[in-house]
Amino acid sequence: MIEFIQQLLNGLGQGSIYALIALGYTMVFGVLRFINFAHGDVFMLGAFAGFYLGPKTLRLFGEGPSYSGAFAALVVAMVLCAVIGIVIEKLCYRPLRDRPKLTVLITAIGVSLFLENAGQLVFGANPQSFPELIVDRALEIPESWGAISGLTITVSQVLVFGVTLLLLFVLRYVVLKTKMGMAMRALSFNPVAASLMGINNDVVISFTFGLGSALAGAAGILTSIQQPSIDPLMGVNAGLKAFVAAVLGGIGNLPGAALGGLLIGVIEALVVGYVSPTYRDAIVFGVLILILIVKPTGLLGVSEREKV
Amino acid sequence: MFERSKILLVATLLTFAGLSHFAGGISPYYFDILIGIGINIILAVGLNLVNGYTGQFSLGHAGFMAVGAYASSWLTLKYGYSMGSGTLNTTTVFVLALLGGGLGAALAGLIVGVPSLRLKGDYLAIVTLGVNEISKGVLQKAEPLGAQRGLGGMEQHTNFFWTFAFAAITIYVVLNLVGSTYGRGFLAVRDDEIAAEAMGINTTKYKVLAFVLAAFFAGIAGGLYAHFKQFIHPEGFNFLRSVDIVVMVILGGMGNTAGVVVAATLLTILPEFLRAVSRYEWLPEWLRHVAENRMILYSLLLIVLMLTRPQGLFGNFTGKRNSKLQ
Amino acid sequence: MKRPLLLSTALALLATAALAQDEIKIGEFASLTGGSASFGQSSHKGTALAIEEINAAGGVLGKKLKLIAEDDQSQAGQPATIVRKLISQDKVVAVLGEVASSKSLEAAPICQQNKIPMISPASTNPKVTEVGDYVFRICFIDPFQGTVMAKFAQSKGWKKVAVLTDVKQDYSVGLAEFFVKGFTATGGEIVKDQKYSTGDKDFKAQLTSIKAAKPDAIFVPGYYGEVSLIGKQAKLLGIKVPLLGGDGWVGDSLLKVAGNSLDGSFFSCHFSADDKAEAVQNFVKKYKAKYNGETPDDMAALGYDSAVILAEAIKKAGTTDGEKLRDALAATKAHPGITGSITLDEKRNATKPAVILGIGGGGFQFVQTVAP
Repeated sequence: MIEFIQQLLNGLGQGSIYALIALGYTMVFGVLRFINFAHGDVFMLGAFAGFYLGPKTLRLFGEGPSYSGAFAALVVAMVLCAVIGIVIEKLCYRPLRDRPKLTVLITAIGVSLFLENAGQLVFGANPQSFPELIVDRALEIPESWGAISGLTITVSQVLVFGVTLLLLFVLRYVVLKTKMGMAMRALSFNPVAASLMGINNDVVISFTFGLGSALAGAAGILTSIQQPSIDPLMGVNAGLKAFVAAVLGGIGNLPGAALGGLLIGVIEALVVGYVSPTYRDAIVFGVLILILIVKPTGLLGVSEREKV
Repeated sequence: MFERSKILLVATLLTFAGLSHFAGGISPYYFDILIGIGINIILAVGLNLVNGYTGQFSLGHAGFMAVGAYASSWLTLKYGYSMGSGTLNTTTVFVLALLGGGLGAALAGLIVGVPSLRLKGDYLAIVTLGVNEISKGVLQKAEPLGAQRGLGGMEQHTNFFWTFAFAAITIYVVLNLVGSTYGRGFLAVRDDEIAAEAMGINTTKYKVLAFVLAAFFAGIAGGLYAHFKQFIHPEGFNFLRSVDIVVMVILGGMGNTAGVVVAATLLTILPEFLRAVSRYEWLPEWLRHVAENRMILYSLLLIVLMLTRPQGLFGNFTGKRNSKLQ
Repeated sequence: MKRPLLLSTALALLATAALAQDEIKIGEFASLTGGSASFGQSSHKGTALAIEEINAAGGVLGKKLKLIAEDDQSQAGQPATIVRKLISQDKVVAVLGEVASSKSLEAAPICQQNKIPMISPASTNPKVTEVGDYVFRICFIDPFQGTVMAKFAQSKGWKKVAVLTDVKQDYSVGLAEFFVKGFTATGGEIVKDQKYSTGDKDFKAQLTSIKAAKPDAIFVPGYYGEVSLIGKQAKLLGIKVPLLGGDGWVGDSLLKVAGNSLDGSFFSCHFSADDKAEAVQNFVKKYKAKYNGETPDDMAALGYDSAVILAEAIKKAGTTDGEKLRDALAATKAHPGITGSITLDEKRNATKPAVILGIGGGGFQFVQTVAP
């Protein structure tokens, strides 16, 4: 039993990362109706931003690892990734806005391959050791807590989970309570009507890309704090899994993406713990295919009728 | 029309049979590239049926290639060499194994296609990508097929004749199909699925037909590949291989068979051409460096092509525009 | 006006022909880009350094060696094309490569058919050299390493061991198989058998169930990228028993990532950059000088040895003829390599000692040498 709970906890840690990346997929899909294949690679760039700039932000707050230094690194990576996301959209996707969606999808695959291979050239193919931003250790659970005192919870797990929750609430606030959020929702509802209402679609789309990429950047830092080995291809797998999470939750649906991310994380942990890691990817994709066939709108999605 | 194309096919096959006598004379390296061209033509022309003519987006073609490669290898390894001087000679066994591999892949295509072709564009891309990953995962675990060690020991049966004969047959079938009533069905599905359905066209039937046929040809290509390289490994049929084939279709122009044949040829030669370029010492250092990093060049080519000529180099694909207000 | 041009062309042609005769071409295929580029680049750097040194010392048979290295982009299908090119276009006399067994297995039949000797620096799968008598390797094979670590665990008095295998790597599966065989044959018990795949970053699920089985040690025959994270996460989960592994552990970033979490662990390998032997220290010094202070890893050392053994064989054969070169290679005995004394047996596999290193104090410590 204690092992099962431990596996659940481990799954939630990894799931938070998927959730953050999945949100970016879902938001972009919401406003543009296309899959940004390069999103996983923006996540990788976030990790490398932390790799190069993390030691510098740490030094701002004294010697050695510190929470304020880690937080600064997180913010820097988010801002950088937001800029990268906006630039990618502007250069590669915007000129194709009126073209068939497949054209954009293929371009996105091209951008993704470019970032991965250029990453190998610039950062090197070898895995790099991520700087220690915080001191990671296991939290002691007092004996008096009974059965769960056998659990191991690490500082980084708590941190990742906490920051993810915080970002989710910020995102919810932005989308539901701000003017820009309202414009995003309007655009996703009907782009033509939105532009007729005086919304500048270009600005809103840029903002959406920026927001989604910032979350991916945050995920890049958070995952590297947990698993301090980074390489230019780290975004491939994480991106695919996050995409599955977005579809599972109902693509275009923000709470759905978060839920999907956590679910995929837990499913993976349970499959690895109790079945076999060989089948992990196969089972995750099996879940995807199953959900698409049974309920293509995802767990929380609402069906949308295609109009002639 | 039909008669003429049949005569053309037979003439082509005869020419290849004649040419194949001279194939032994060329350098093994160029021969390797030549066979690679033939295999890629089969793959790309087959995929063009789905991605080009029918307007769907499959991103897991290498998965079906894997099914064909493994199925045909298993057949020749199990039955091919034990027969010895039996009733069938090895060439017959090889061709039967190729067809077996093709049928296996077609069956896989049917199993995948029926449920997933109800999905549109992007979703189908992801599902087929998922299927590609799953088939790779299963192969990595399949002990009788060598699992993660890979499968070897096949004899080199693939030669110039069989490769290009199957390439010619693929082109013949695809062109004739597209010119037939079925072809109108494919194009109708591509141009406007809802309108096609309203006109009483069974869109699912056409989509599944295109998908299964493409999978069959991919299976044949896989069998040819396996009996040429004599060693196959699950990683050889990964996502990148699928992207390779998709790029050939796009570069050639979706729905343009001649263009796709040219694109498949060019893109098979390109990496080897770049390999040679990176050796020319009289070229500036940076240019050689760029040539060494082929994948970067490849991805840039894809982006630039989509931005400037989305219809492909030779394409006539007229994509409809999304926005209703023009 | 015409004649001088013709003359100079003829002269240039002669010159290139003469130049071509002054060098012996050696082919190499390696994953210089793509997923397994980290290993391919290391072995290539080692090989390139060896060729440079041999040429600086006057070359072989009075000729310079010319290394023609091709990148297989870590893609299956590429090795066969490349090796065909090396043999038929570049007319190489021998082929060096590759680290991954699946790539070597693809190239080996072609070298065999063309009677061109091929030396794999680091493919440990037993099947590689079974392809034919032109295919050699200079590393020990999986069974040996697995058995060595099983004996070592026994000698430490450990009775219950858990195994954590990388199912995507044949190397890891092979090591685990022979470890389990060796360990259980003498009364040891495998209390938990867990698996992961290359590229995984989170191992808490597997480690959690290993922890519940309370082993005395954990055998993790994977590559350093994953092992460093496994060590780190094992410590976080409160696992205090030592980890055991093989040569895949050796890599620049193992301790950088793992920190002190692998202290007290042991692994077998081909060579240690901390080895005080003069030859090793010389190699490390030259390697660092050539590659911006980078410390050579196992792959670099093996890549270096493969090129030197080939050069020695060419010298011994006195010719670059494939058949004679093969015989000279097969007769390699007690070659004093960077990775130990190498003898090639009748199956063209290397018989050579393994080194067991312990981890502690921020570095590797030599524990013992295990002779075959």
